[in-house]
Amino acid sequence: MHTATQNGTPFKYSPAARAEVLELTKKYPEGRAKSAILRALHIAQEENQGWLSVAAMDEVADTLGITPIEVYEVASFYSMYNLNPVGKYVLEFCHTGPCAVEGAESLIEYTKLKLGVGKNQTTPDGLFTIKEVECLGACGYAPMMQVGEFFHEHLNEGKIDQFVEDCRLGKIDKGTWKMH
Amino acid sequence: MGRKLLLEHAQVEGMHTYDVYRKNGGYRSVEKALKTMSPDAVVEEVKKSGLRGRGGAGFPTGMKWSFLAKPEGVPRYLVCNADESEPGTFKDRYLMEKIPHLLIEGMITSSYALGANTSYIYIRGEYSWILFILEKAIAEAYAAGWLGKNILGSGYDLDLYVNIGAGAYICGEETALLESLEGKRGNPRIKPPFPAVKGLWQSPTVVNNVETIAAVVPIINDGGDEYAKIGIGKSTGTKLISASGNINRPGVYEIEMSITVEEFLYSDEWCGGIKGGKKLKACVPGGSSVPILPHFLVCKTAAGEDRMMTYESLSDGGFATGSMLGSGGFIVYDEDQCIVRNTWNFARFYAHESCGQCSPCREGTGWMEKVLHRLENGGGKMSDIDLLVDVAKKIEGNTICPLGDAAAWPVSAAIRHFREEFEWHVNEPRVCMERNYGLVREKIGV
Repeated sequence: MHTATQNGTPFKYSPAARAEVLELTKKYPEGRAKSAILRALHIAQEENQGWLSVAAMDEVADTLGITPIEVYEVASFYSMYNLNPVGKYVLEFCHTGPCAVEGAESLIEYTKLKLGVGKNQTTPDGLFTIKEVECLGACGYAPMMQVGEFFHEHLNEGKIDQFVEDCRLGKIDKGTWKMH
Repeated sequence: MGRKLLLEHAQVEGMHTYDVYRKNGGYRSVEKALKTMSPDAVVEEVKKSGLRGRGGAGFPTGMKWSFLAKPEGVPRYLVCNADESEPGTFKDRYLMEKIPHLLIEGMITSSYALGANTSYIYIRGEYSWILFILEKAIAEAYAAGWLGKNILGSGYDLDLYVNIGAGAYICGEETALLESLEGKRGNPRIKPPFPAVKGLWQSPTVVNNVETIAAVVPIINDGGDEYAKIGIGKSTGTKLISASGNINRPGVYEIEMSITVEEFLYSDEWCGGIKGGKKLKACVPGGSSVPILPHFLVCKTAAGEDRMMTYESLSDGGFATGSMLGSGGFIVYDEDQCIVRNTWNFARFYAHESCGQCSPCREGTGWMEKVLHRLENGGGKMSDIDLLVDVAKKIEGNTICPLGDAAAWPVSAAIRHFREEFEWHVNEPRVCMERNYGLVREKIGV
């Protein structure tokens, strides 16, 4: 993990994010601040261009008062954390059972060809990364992809074309992991 | 139209807001419980209702609650499992999006019954927008005096928080969920001790599914006996079913557990039949982990009786000819779907989601995925089919948590019911690959 991530630039939470993370720790009994780790990592990832560098994980450890290894082992377990740099928009396609039945696989192929990148790769302009993920709970509205906070359901080639176009024009809001 | 106890007002405009929810009878169960009932009386009502865990295992909720240890001076916790990740299941998402206050109300009433003063909702990371819906609703509930200190002047205090996951199916297993809530990797714990004795931070803890907790609201409002009148036998009340796959009307439906599978599948009130006028090939009635049923065992049991949408009827015939209600993830396959491809797809899911703690699951799920992949892609051998059965058998029952079983069952069931289709993939790899879908009518008569 270290070899893949050590080239990250230095990272510190913004003052607002740091305050938010410290506020989160109050949900748990005294001495249990570690419980805030998953959301603290989501917030760090958002402030670090969508991925967790070692510097970002160390900042989470420092903020929560736990050791860095406690953060690394958690960050490497959960699939939503990116341990390598990603594009501005991460297109996460569900490829599990019900989505596959509704044509997810050909849609993923279509998008790969359209953007000229494969799974877990980022377009040269740094805009798009394609990920294939497991069931996201949209089986009745398949096929689907998640981008940032939002689900894009009943997906088809036309909708992907439109979405990619809108992203290129900077019209797409990914949502935010900070408090609403 | 069947009775709806949970989703009756789901389509009311603004139902996610406190005011609209309250106007439609919201928070009555909290008033009733805190003002007129002892905590034990609430537990009694839940026992009487016959409510069974809606997350998949179907364990009686009242009994689970009564196992909670109550040592002096030790806090107790109620944790809601909103880590809905079973492929084919999206009912909890619907409930939380549309009526977040129903879950919050259920959490308050249930926490009161269990004597918990701090409770958590653990929601999967990908449902991030629902996290914000829930947090907004919780803030409204605090402002209206339903949460916090001395609720309704009863002397009962409760704080309710939402904790977010980060992408791990295994965290739907209750002890993995507790590990995750403690800020660790989601590795399931060895039981005993059970969470009821040593759960969150080693304190007695109850973990219940979203739908289970929501069902406590009508049970307290109308009484456990009234709830138990709905349904058949030990399948009491209503159940949320997530319907997906090749059907005309996919979506989330609340059904009384007394309708037949045939009604559910073909009536326009629910699934509305198979899409495009095609024929039914198979159905996974309870989420990806449960055994797949071939078309002739979906609507009828092996004995030729109508199959009902109940825990008992769906498992009639055991694994030989039955399946399970599970989480209610009802996935339908039409005549053009390939069973081998679908089985490989699910095997890939479990291989990806295995936490890696137990060797049979960590290694076995990976091998099943590899072998199924080569069968699906034209490189399979006839001996692979029995190899898969053998690997599945060696995983089943040999792991700390049920993920191993959940990975093994779909593979064994697919081979049990569709062996010819696996053999056809070995004998005619080119045809299978070119068509990229399974046996069609003329081959085996789906």
